[in-house]
Amino acid sequence: MRLLAGIGAVTLGLLGAIGRVAMFLGATLTHLVRPPFYPREFALALLNIGWLSLPVVGLTAIFTGGALALQIYAGGARFNAEAVVPQIVAIGMVRELGPVLVGLMIAARVTSSIAAEIATMKVTEQIDALVTLSTHPMKYLTVPRVLAATLAVPLLVGVGDIIGIFGGYAVATGTLGFNAAAYIQNTVDFLELRDVVSSLVKGAVFGCLAALMGCYFGMNSGRGAQGVGRATKGSVEAAAVLILAANFVLTGVFFSV
Amino acid sequence: MITLSNVHKSFGDNHVLRGVDLHVERGTSMVIIGGSGTGKSICIKTVLGLVTPERGTITVDGQDVTQTKDRDAFLARFGMLFQAAALFDSLPVWQNVAFRLMRGSLKRPKDEAREIAIEKLRRVGLTADVADRLPAELSGGMQKRVGLARAIAADPEIIFFDEPTTGLDPIMAGVINDLIREIVTEMGATTMTITHDMTSVRTIADNVAMLHGGKIRWTGPVADIDAAHDPYLDQFINGRAEGPIETVR
Repeated sequence: MRLLAGIGAVTLGLLGAIGRVAMFLGATLTHLVRPPFYPREFALALLNIGWLSLPVVGLTAIFTGGALALQIYAGGARFNAEAVVPQIVAIGMVRELGPVLVGLMIAARVTSSIAAEIATMKVTEQIDALVTLSTHPMKYLTVPRVLAATLAVPLLVGVGDIIGIFGGYAVATGTLGFNAAAYIQNTVDFLELRDVVSSLVKGAVFGCLAALMGCYFGMNSGRGAQGVGRATKGSVEAAAVLILAANFVLTGVFFSV
Repeated sequence: MITLSNVHKSFGDNHVLRGVDLHVERGTSMVIIGGSGTGKSICIKTVLGLVTPERGTITVDGQDVTQTKDRDAFLARFGMLFQAAALFDSLPVWQNVAFRLMRGSLKRPKDEAREIAIEKLRRVGLTADVADRLPAELSGGMQKRVGLARAIAADPEIIFFDEPTTGLDPIMAGVINDLIREIVTEMGATTMTITHDMTSVRTIADNVAMLHGGKIRWTGPVADIDAAHDPYLDQFINGRAEGPIETVR
């Protein structure tokens, strides 16, 4: 009986959390289309989420692409399929590893930063100050960040895909003896438009989720340093899990036979 | 001008306000005193709509604050100095001060907003060279002054001061108290100040209300507080450990 009550409580808690996040998303979308707009905040968020994330995204992608080439070559050698390295690196990076790894890096870098910043603003009454200065916190803080992440992360994913493929190319041509021109030709020939579109759509969804979780947990943080810490931790956990779950769903939508 | 009638507010099991009745006349300075955690800040936050009471009504000029149609115009009548100044970390000082003047119904051209911000900074005793600094680069007393400049930047009719001298040394506290009194007098604003600093009370107040047990325990002109013969008020203003107010809350 106690076990059933526990399961019920967890289920209700989960449903309640999903409802609160859905309402938060609804409020964000409502404020997105209603003035006033804050272009300066949007530009700053775009700079922080997009431009300043490029180094970490680039490094993640290049090492992943290189490691992927080595693994595929070693694995393919077991059944004489070493030649598929360009194709598998391309499809692996563009369909899965590019969007997922960029999404997770954004969760680590951006979600945590947004949650900590907004939670600190809440703890230090800066959110209350915004309200008394006739500025809606959702419009000023949430909308610019969610919009910027939704637009910037697909671009980061695109850049990450290209750098990842380049990482595989560098390893394959530098150490595994692949012909450079043939590697590029195989990569281009094998990729389909659907692969690229799925990658960018995943990027947009992951960016939206990452920023939304940062804002949601920041706005709902508890008091004091502990509240800020919990909000930051919770936001990264939620963003990472939601990104992986959304990736599963989107992969099913794009590639289920 | 501002009237709270039978206002109740709880946070979980903590019934903070248990029927607050308070009236603040236009152009007067009301100071609310009381121990820590008695709900003084909640009182002013209910007026601004930052906290929604469970029961009771709050009116400004006879209009129920929960029924305001134009929230921007309503809030434009108010200025507020927060306890820890609540300056926006990411903005330089002048943009903090001119925040309201750079957006919304009171929006001005950027140069004009900056000029007003620097003028308000001078009014609170800060020089123009702090205008481009970030709040984190200022001392606590300077941050409080910037918060004060922000509160008066748009010449509001009503100003709230939440513990304006908390955390300041006695000299800086005296400077802030004098500044508030001067500004209130010259602007003719209606003000509500939350404090437990009796020096602030005697400098700033026209009228005093003491909040205890979730209700207004005593209210009257500041000149009457020493002769009020209320044991709770007497214990509080004289800072005595013995008396009807429990010292462990």
